[in-house]
Amino acid sequence: MSEELCDLSATEISRRVKNGEVTAEEVLDSTLQRIRLVEGRRPSTNPYSPEGDDRNKVHAYISLTEKRARLQARAIDDAVKAGEDPGPLAGVTLAVKDIFCVHGTPTTAGSKILENFISPYSATSVQRLESAGAITVGKVNLDEFTFGSSNESSAFLPPVGNPWDPSRVPGGSSGGSAAAVAAGEAVLSLGTDTAGSIRQPAAFCGVVGIKPTYGRVSRYGLIAFASSIDCPGPIARNVTDAAIALQIMAGSDPFDATAAALSVPDYFSTIEKGIKGMRIGISPDYHKLKFPDPKTGEMCEQSVDEEIAEALSRVLDHLTNAGAEIVENVAMPNTRYGVPAYFVISRVEAASNLHRYDGVKYGYRFDGEVSNLRELYRKTRAHGFGSQAKLRILMGMYVSAEQYEKGYYQRALKIRTLIRNDFVNAFNPEGPYQLDCLLSATTPTTAFKIGAIYGNSVSMQYADLLTVPANHAGIPGLSVPAGVDNAGLPIGIQFLGPDFSEANLLRIGRSYEKASADEPWRRLQPKVLHA
Amino acid sequence: MTDEITKEIFDYLVDLGALEIGEQEGEYLRSELNGQLRAIHELEGIAIDDDIRTTSHGIPYSRVIRAPLREDRIEPCKESDEILAQAADVFERYIVVPDIPSEELE
Repeated sequence: MSEELCDLSATEISRRVKNGEVTAEEVLDSTLQRIRLVEGRRPSTNPYSPEGDDRNKVHAYISLTEKRARLQARAIDDAVKAGEDPGPLAGVTLAVKDIFCVHGTPTTAGSKILENFISPYSATSVQRLESAGAITVGKVNLDEFTFGSSNESSAFLPPVGNPWDPSRVPGGSSGGSAAAVAAGEAVLSLGTDTAGSIRQPAAFCGVVGIKPTYGRVSRYGLIAFASSIDCPGPIARNVTDAAIALQIMAGSDPFDATAAALSVPDYFSTIEKGIKGMRIGISPDYHKLKFPDPKTGEMCEQSVDEEIAEALSRVLDHLTNAGAEIVENVAMPNTRYGVPAYFVISRVEAASNLHRYDGVKYGYRFDGEVSNLRELYRKTRAHGFGSQAKLRILMGMYVSAEQYEKGYYQRALKIRTLIRNDFVNAFNPEGPYQLDCLLSATTPTTAFKIGAIYGNSVSMQYADLLTVPANHAGIPGLSVPAGVDNAGLPIGIQFLGPDFSEANLLRIGRSYEKASADEPWRRLQPKVLHA
Repeated sequence: MTDEITKEIFDYLVDLGALEIGEQEGEYLRSELNGQLRAIHELEGIAIDDDIRTTSHGIPYSRVIRAPLREDRIEPCKESDEILAQAADVFERYIVVPDIPSEELE
């Protein structure tokens, strides 16, 4: 497929819109045309079984906000005509993960319990991106309340298909976001990362995703999963576009007390500066992985896929040639405890956050006969929540019960400290490694088939075992594409850095992007664009 | 392998979670919960010193990055109509609910 307006980078679209070469409305039309071409039928909460060409389409959008988007586009075009600056994202199309509130739009969290909820306000991230000229095209699918790593737990089906092979998952929970950006259905997307939910789908779909430091971006207007870990961040097709979006989203916010009161550095003043002299670490603990055998439940050990390891090796060559110093054998001994600790911490927080859904103030209410309020709660929640939400409520209740809390929850919080200490030690300027960043594969495998893991909540959670330690530690991580495997599926690698080191990570990611620009896989396009 | 979360514990959790779960779905969820617990037990193999502190967030909220609290100020809610419109049952701007169960305290 030839390159269309919707395939251009955010920087290029903004430049062309601002100098009058194209209008924002033309960019929007190009994006809507692409959506018509690749989307297939719209996901819904109706009973689902695959039919027709479901497995050849993307199904990323739960709702399109075309009328609203056209008003935004016209306002930008009017500003350009009036000689005003419409902002650094002028005319850039944006897909918003349906976990963020966008004023006047349905905000479902991928759950039946919020199917009819219309947001009365916009999330800070959305408001900032729109104020910078971004045009919100619609709301994209996700695992229900972000509970998953494949997008299959959404109440809105068909599930999102990976644009590189729609019979495979796009990852999750920001799978709709990554798939939409990969397929040209939006130039940027807004995602969230609680255990890897930006980086893992970015890796599976061959796009760039950054999980900022906890507190770098406001969570106001983000429907909460695990409030001490949730991180909003952008997904883009290149590192520079991710940097632009993050620059706009980041910063303190009077509506979120956990948004850090730190100034945001100018990411562009350093992004092209190269990586000469930077120390980049690799760890065997991010290569040999321990996880429960899906059949027996016994812990077993396996390396990341061979093709992914080879891709990582090529990345190291590029980084070395660009002047970085590679530090091997960095000890990260608590990596393996990331998922078990997450099973505890995230469930306790999720159970607490999910208690607000009761059928009274907003969202789905059971419409049959009930004898009292308590029965209304039970029936509403029974019919409104899917199985992943119920699992989180039940496990959260169990591990935070008075008799178990010390052994599970308090212990998990201490293990979070140990995981963070691994990173603190690796990045300590006076420590044994003195790293600027740690490099690893983003995922142990490339995208798996729809239906291959879903239903086994333990195996699904372990899909995040390389990404979740950064969430426990609160540190930033940048996932960038690093090739394709023999099946033509994207491979992602991640750079993890100290608190608030996004500028460095973007600089390293950009340096790798430039160094690998001539590799043949960079010219490949997702399969859905050839259908 | 014995299930730590027995049927009785599971039913208690369902009650605590304000849920209703049928038998078939319940068996699946209980089996998954026990699988997750087996994974969680891996945490017991770690020696944890008493002086290891717990963290409320990964990053420390030092004075340098902690945002000041907002000033207490009364502001009118501009979106009250939009917010009320979300409720399933409203009467004269009050949200209507079924009878609230109550019991006499001794």
